Formats: sequence, C-alpha cells, structure tokens
Amino acid sequence: MKIHEYQAKELLKAAGVTVPDGIIAKSADEAAAAFDKLGGDLAVVKAQIHAGGRGKGRFKEQPEQPGVVLVRSADEARKNAELMLGNTLVTIQTGEEGKQVNTLLVEAGLDIAQELYAGVVVDRAAGGPVLIMSSEGGTEIEEVAHNSPEKILNCNVDAGHGLQAGQVRKVSHGLGLDAAAMGSAQKFLPKLAKFFNDNDCTQVEINPLVVTGSGEFVALDAKVAFDDNAMFRHKELLELRDLNEEDESEVKAGDAGLSYVKLEGTIGCLVNGAGLAMSTMDLIKHHGGEPANFLDVGGGANVEQVTEAFRIILADDNVKAVLVNIFGGIMKCDVIVEALLLAYDQVGFTVPLVVRLEGTNVEKARTMLAESGKDIIAATDLTDAAQKVVSSISA
Amino acid sequence: MSILVNKDTRVICQGITGKAGLFHSQKCREYAREVRTDSDVFVGGVTPGKGGQTVDEFPVFNSVAEAVEKTGANATMIFVPPPFCGDAIIEAADSGIDLIVAITEGIPTLDMVKVSNFLAKTNARLVGPNCPGVITPGVAKIGIMPGYIHSSGPVGLISKSGTLTYEAAWQLGNLGLGQSTAIGIGGDPIIGTDFIDLLEMFENDPGTEAIMMIGEIGGDAEIQAANYIKEHVTKPVAGFIAGQTAPPGKRMGHAGAIISGGAGTAAEKMEALEAVGVVVAQSPADMGKAMQEAIARKGS
Repeated sequence: MKIHEYQAKELLKAAGVTVPDGIIAKSADEAAAAFDKLGGDLAVVKAQIHAGGRGKGRFKEQPEQPGVVLVRSADEARKNAELMLGNTLVTIQTGEEGKQVNTLLVEAGLDIAQELYAGVVVDRAAGGPVLIMSSEGGTEIEEVAHNSPEKILNCNVDAGHGLQAGQVRKVSHGLGLDAAAMGSAQKFLPKLAKFFNDNDCTQVEINPLVVTGSGEFVALDAKVAFDDNAMFRHKELLELRDLNEEDESEVKAGDAGLSYVKLEGTIGCLVNGAGLAMSTMDLIKHHGGEPANFLDVGGGANVEQVTEAFRIILADDNVKAVLVNIFGGIMKCDVIVEALLLAYDQVGFTVPLVVRLEGTNVEKARTMLAESGKDIIAATDLTDAAQKVVSSISA
Repeated sequence: MSILVNKDTRVICQGITGKAGLFHSQKCREYAREVRTDSDVFVGGVTPGKGGQTVDEFPVFNSVAEAVEKTGANATMIFVPPPFCGDAIIEAADSGIDLIVAITEGIPTLDMVKVSNFLAKTNARLVGPNCPGVITPGVAKIGIMPGYIHSSGPVGLISKSGTLTYEAAWQLGNLGLGQSTAIGIGGDPIIGTDFIDLLEMFENDPGTEAIMMIGEIGGDAEIQAANYIKEHVTKPVAGFIAGQTAPPGKRMGHAGAIISGGAGTAAEKMEALEAVGVVVAQSPADMGKAMQEAIARKGS
C-alpha cells in the first residue's frame, strides 16, 4: 500500500526523522495562508499524488504548470494552487490519463548545501532490508545505478536490530561526509531504518535527502509503501489509503479476493494461479493478440468470484474476447464449469468466450460445457485456446 | 531415486485442525496409501491447545516437539495462517524437523526475513512459503498439487508458480516424461530453498536425468541459476519464464513478480538461460517439448 508524501512525512516526523516544516492545503486560500504561516520568504508548493516525477510533470488543463513549484509570496502560492487543485497532473509515472490533484503540501524553503539519496528496500539477494545511499540526490536511483553504479552504497539492515552506528560511519565515509555531517547521519539514518522495520515497509525512499547549510539532514521528499500482508498489525495505517489513487476495477477485484491488473489489450483473461495467469498473457501475445488484463481467481474460486471476475473483465470496453484458462488441481474442473455457466447467464456475454480446461474431472466438465447449449468455444490445449481466441477477434 | 522426499519421510501437518490443513492431509495420506501399503507417511498434526484430540484418525499434538517425540516425524507441511506462520516455521526448525514445507500465502516479508535468519543457524530445509509443495511421484507428496498429474520418471522439476507447475508436469507426462521429484519453491521475495539449491541436488541425484526450471519476472534468481548451471550442471536443462508481457512496476499476483527499474525482465532471464545452453520454451504450451529437445540435444 502506497501513501502520499505528506502522510509519509507526518509518520516520519513522529518517528524522529527530520522533515521540512509543512502545511496541507486543499484550497488556494489555504495555500496562501500556509505561506504566511510558514513565515519565510520562500516556500515550495507540491501536488500530492502517489506517482513520482511531479516536478517535471505538467497539468492537462494547464500545460505550463509543473506539479512542484517554488513560490516567493502568499499571492504566488495562491495563484499556483489555483492552477493545480482539481486539475490533472501527468508525469512519467502516471500514464497519459494522469491523476487529479486534490491536496497540496506547502513547505518552507531550505538552505540546501548538498543533496543525497537514501532508500530502504527488501533485497531478495541479501535476504533482508538494505539501506541504499548515493551522493547523487535528486536523480532517480535506477538512473544512477545504470550510469554510475560506483556512486551507490549498500548496507544490510538487521530486521530486528536496525542500523548500527558503525554502519552509519561506513556509509558516511563512502559518501565523503565530514564529521559534522556524519553526526547528522547518526541522528537520521538509524531512525529511518527503524521506521522501515517498525511499520513493515516495502519501500522508504528519501530523494533528495538534503544536507542544509548548517549540516543538518532533512527529508525533502519521502516515498513510503507498506507490505499489504502485514497490515493486520498496522490497522491505523489503513486509514491512510487513498482509493482515488487506485484503479477502480483493481480495488473491486481486491475486495472480491481476486488478483487483477488492467492492461491495454483486447483479450480478457480469467485464469487460476498467478504463474499460469502471466503465462496465459504471454501465450496470447505469442499468437499475435494483446491481453486486456491479468486475472488470477486463486485456488478456491466460487460462483460469486467467477461472476465478479467476468463482470470486471467485461466492464473494460477494450475487451473483444475472453479466454478462460483453468488447470484444475484440487479445484475440480466441473466445479469451475458450474460456476462458469451460472456466471455466463448472470453477466450476459456479448463477446466470444473461449474455454480451455485441464486437470481433475476434465471429461465431466467438457461434457457439461458441450451440453450447456451456450455459445462457448471449447479449446483442447494452450495453443489451441490462444489461436481460437485471437482468431475470434479478427474474424 | 529422488530428492527431499523418500521412503523414510514421515510428515506432520501444522494447522491440521483448519479446513485446508485437514483436507490436504487427507489427500496426501490417500496418495501415499495408494502407492505404498507398507506404512503410513502422514502421521499426525499440530494445533496448539488442541493436543490429545484425533481428527479423522490423525493424532493432534500441542507442539511440534511433542509430535516429533511421539511419531518420529521428520517433515512438516504448514497451513498456519499468515500472522502466525513465521513462528510455526521457527518452531518446526527448532524441534529438529528436517524438511519444512510452508504452503501458507501472505506471510509478511519482514517475518520471513527473521525466519530465514533463524534457519541459517539450523539444519532444517524450508520449501516455500506460498508454494504448492513437493512431490516424489510414487513415494509421497507433501503439498496441494493433484497427485495424478505427476508420474514417476527422470525429470527433476523446479517452479516458482503453482498451477504452472501442474501445467509443466502435465505436458511432460503427455510426452512420457515423468518426474523424479517436483518442487514449487514459491514466488515470494524471501523464500527458503531456491533454484540453485535444487539444481545442485538434482545434479547429484542418480535418479534424475534432466531438469526443468520454471521461473518468472522479478529478482535475479534465474540469472544466478544460469550462472550456476554454466559452472556445475551437466544434465540437460529446459526452462520457461512467465511474465514476458507483464508491464513494469505492477504486481502480478505473486509478491515477487514485479519488475522495477528494468531488472528481472523475462527477456533478460531467457537470454541468460539460453546463453548457458538451457532450452527455453518461448510459449508456455511448449514447456514439455523444450525438455524433450534438451534431452535430445545432450544425447546426440
């Protein structure tokens, strides 16, 4: 689960990590008032959406307006807020459709001496959390990793005991920090690692991590995501979820216990198992089609889930045909077909439906399909299924 | 011959009084009894607080230690719910269980980090979590896979995905290629046994003549496996990578199946495997054929 920058900063601040003074604004007046309240002669107005690349992003309705802007007066804050609030910000990460901006974060300007990068993620290879740091703050870390990998420092973080002082000395040396900045690192980095561990994060990214003129570390930006599987022990964090930031059909699927990801193609898929579902997308592509979605109904799909899955797939106007690919293991094929036939009637199919079944009780299931009298195209194996569904569109 | 599971394997189920735990214990017992009439492979289960009961003839114990003492179990199949599953794995390892198969899906990642730190200090081997389990056809299955799709034979099968393992076993079986042992290793970011562990075991197993490995997008386990194959594996290997068409940055069901920053794409992995002589199926429909081709190539 991802949260907004302003929410991440509130949580980090409570955990003792230094962030700039900031105020939330949901109207142009609030933005102007926030500038006055911060009291400086410089502030930053930042659009709050989950996607990154806001500074370089522009608004659909205001093609000149960036998603992050420096302002020098309350009036300037107000004018920029007017151009941002309610409008749609398109960044490199939002896709063409962009995201509507409903909240702004107005922050006091900082005296920036240096910009660093700090991130904590779980690294599969290391088998645990890793602190990643770089002297190249403000640049995407993937870009640094690609262009100058020698500028990236890694440090294992113990999932129980966090980051130790000696490890901070190691990375401080690697970053070329002086004694004063190393002192700031000692105050900042272990708290960041502890925040990661305490909240079951999957990602904490501070980019840039600013070293101020007086040598203090401040998190100028903050990107935080949590492990969905651990939310049972962080119920308070669930309140930070912003459904406006998520795809409506993906949310619906999640509520029904389905795993769904919308894609751009024309062939809807309903599959059991994540690996087989990904492979089914590959198969469609291999035969010249484009998958419209990833959908895993899981191992124990019932009539309600299959019906909901069909509804979600067919709600996508791009879908011109649907492929069902089930390898019945413990979940028997005839049970799936029973659900399929009921769902078929409830949903009302207007596009071709190709069904490939294999596994437990497949003969019985195929007979049920054939005798149903419904306009369902049966396929014998994976290749046959892909060819039939692709040609059903071109025909 | 086989790996991980053999005729001496004795299994308990942690979480046996739950619906899934009992159902699959029954299925596993049924499978073992069909192929072996001499002794029971599934010897009981554990649910703390329900010790002393019997569910469908399975004795229930309060702890793994008690179950080990009274049944001689050396393997466990875990269905404990995610919040408590990390704890259950540690209990099994600490009680002297050799093989831990964790079926449970949805364990918090940081719990698994702590589990894997703990396991490093023990001799226990973990398969999973979030996996279909292990089957040595004709001997025993510890997991949720349908037994009948697996026939006994020369192929060692390793896969990150559940239903895709079934698909592969099915295709192999249709070509007359049974399996020595088939293992689903799970698609989570932190898992126990990985591709390399199993490649090594299959390479050293006289009962395995060829190896099929099925990976997916995310991480670099398949690239590491390719490096290992180059140095250490002499048997024919075929492969498949799921997720060639997956968009970057999106989670595809498995927590591990997410590509970020261009690392871990299907194309990279397929290329790395092909470069070390692995026959890689381009379509999931051709996994069996790829294995057949790999065997033919080595044979000629």
